[in-house]
Amino acid sequence: MKIMVAVKRVVDYAVKIRVKPDKSGVETQNVKMSMNPFCEIALEEALKIKESGLAKEVVAVSMGPSNCVDTLRTGLAMGADRAIHVEASRDLVPLTVAKLLKKLVEIENPGLLILGKQAIDDDCNQTGQMIAGLLGWPQGTFASKVVFDKEKQVATVDREVDGGLETLCLDLPAVITTDLRLNQPRYATLPNIMKAKSKPIKKFTLEELNVEIKSDIEVVQVIEPPKRKAGVILSSVDELIDKLKNEAHVI
Amino acid sequence: MACRFILQNLSKRHLLHSTFASRSASTLILAEHEGGSIKAQSLSAVAAASSINGDNPVSLLLAGSGSSLQQAAEKAATCHPSVSQVLVADSDKFAHPLAEPWAKLIQLVQLKGGYSHVIATSGSFGKNILPRAAALLDVSPVTDVVEINGPHQFIRPIYAGNALCTVRYTGANPCMLSVRSTSFPVPPISGDLKSGGASISEVDLSTLDEDSIGKSRFIKLSSEETDRPDLGSARVVVTGGRALKSAENFKMIEKLAEKLGAAVGATRAAVDAGFVPNELQVGQTGKIVAPELYMAFGVSGAIQHLAGMKDSKVIVAVNKDADAPIFQVADYGLVGDLFEVIPELLEKLPEKK
Repeated sequence: MKIMVAVKRVVDYAVKIRVKPDKSGVETQNVKMSMNPFCEIALEEALKIKESGLAKEVVAVSMGPSNCVDTLRTGLAMGADRAIHVEASRDLVPLTVAKLLKKLVEIENPGLLILGKQAIDDDCNQTGQMIAGLLGWPQGTFASKVVFDKEKQVATVDREVDGGLETLCLDLPAVITTDLRLNQPRYATLPNIMKAKSKPIKKFTLEELNVEIKSDIEVVQVIEPPKRKAGVILSSVDELIDKLKNEAHVI
Repeated sequence: MACRFILQNLSKRHLLHSTFASRSASTLILAEHEGGSIKAQSLSAVAAASSINGDNPVSLLLAGSGSSLQQAAEKAATCHPSVSQVLVADSDKFAHPLAEPWAKLIQLVQLKGGYSHVIATSGSFGKNILPRAAALLDVSPVTDVVEINGPHQFIRPIYAGNALCTVRYTGANPCMLSVRSTSFPVPPISGDLKSGGASISEVDLSTLDEDSIGKSRFIKLSSEETDRPDLGSARVVVTGGRALKSAENFKMIEKLAEKLGAAVGATRAAVDAGFVPNELQVGQTGKIVAPELYMAFGVSGAIQHLAGMKDSKVIVAVNKDADAPIFQVADYGLVGDLFEVIPELLEKLPEKK
């Protein structure tokens, strides 16, 4: 079985972001960029499945400008066998990403598609569900545990939902989106980083994949949220109870 | 056994709306139900619908099977004055809220009803199902909306809520949204509904596209039994972080929550460490809460946690580290040992009325 993993290059999770003064977006120039943490978890899961003998190949995919290649190299260094870069000079909405992924799925024929549940920049949490819908594949989103049965060709997925932990059984091929507790992604070791330099990255242009580029969402502006009023440090529990009761009136 | 019935209770208001539906906005709400009642979060989606276009007819879509579904439908018919129609999809396929049959159902209902807007609440149900349905309908949805500025303009948080993005939807109908229930509170409904409620009708499932249905099966849902109020809608939340050090110690948080009539929340670190189950996690990828009072014990205040609670009315933080980032959002802070502060609070807090 081949596993395809979609990964996204985003502002590093620890960076304190700044909104551009012209309100057109968030500042990403000269800011540390990394593979989206949920995508790292997705890739790690694919690698674990391969290492357990249930898959033969892991292919990492990313879409965007040329610096996507950095993220793909990280993926290859973690252990992906091959990578695909879909070149796009502008931001793509999740639906377009899903349609591009569908084309790649038709070319590559993976038995499993794993994505991070959301990107920490736009926090959309849409792409995995969309590609599953377009392919007519079952989906196991917000996965915290995945167990494969090679014989029965099914995946049993534990999902983190509002009410607790839901367990579903999915026929393969399927789409899984990863939640935080699924695994701990490995660090790329130096020998693997060196090896990654010679692993192939295939490039596709949007024209070659011949997909309709959706542009039905327009960003009007990006602003900082209103700041909270500064608070006070109190000196005793008595004072806290007094403030909560007589000042804030919440108890 | 599924109890099938068709109850046509056409009110005058419903007839008027049918006539004007093609000219004005019309909204389909994807609602959840449990134990014969509509889930409270679904009502936030109805509140959001009325802020898009006050007069627009609102249809509530319910799916499931059996008598609890029919009970929920009857309750739905009088749950909110804006709701003029309740659509019921009754089939074993919907015994559990699986995305595959639900997305096909939404596609079917949308193609028949031609709604201008489709709205779900941004909980695990809406997040799982809405984007799949949007892909089938070939539209980009706008998810996790916190403010509505017009029929096609919305504000949503990005970068863990550190920025707010205003977007305009410029595509074809339907405009599909998921909304944060904490941003669309439901005002208490006073008095009886004059027209006797919405009409209830069965969705004709004979043409439901079977492809992809049946490829996923529900096995079980594991949840903890608790007397505590629902985290997403509680008036007071008491949260513990990794500093609690053990599941046993976390019981102090629960005791305090009980004294305050509060829900219990947790940070990612506390859940990762196994102190509490995942459904208590508050944060960017956990639950978003906005209670009147949020008390955080041993919580450092990482960006990802703040994303889930910074809209709380009053924030209290107790932490040994005076430099913990949580103190930057707290209204009242106490630099101290939670293992001393919590017992003192338990002793000195007034009994809840």
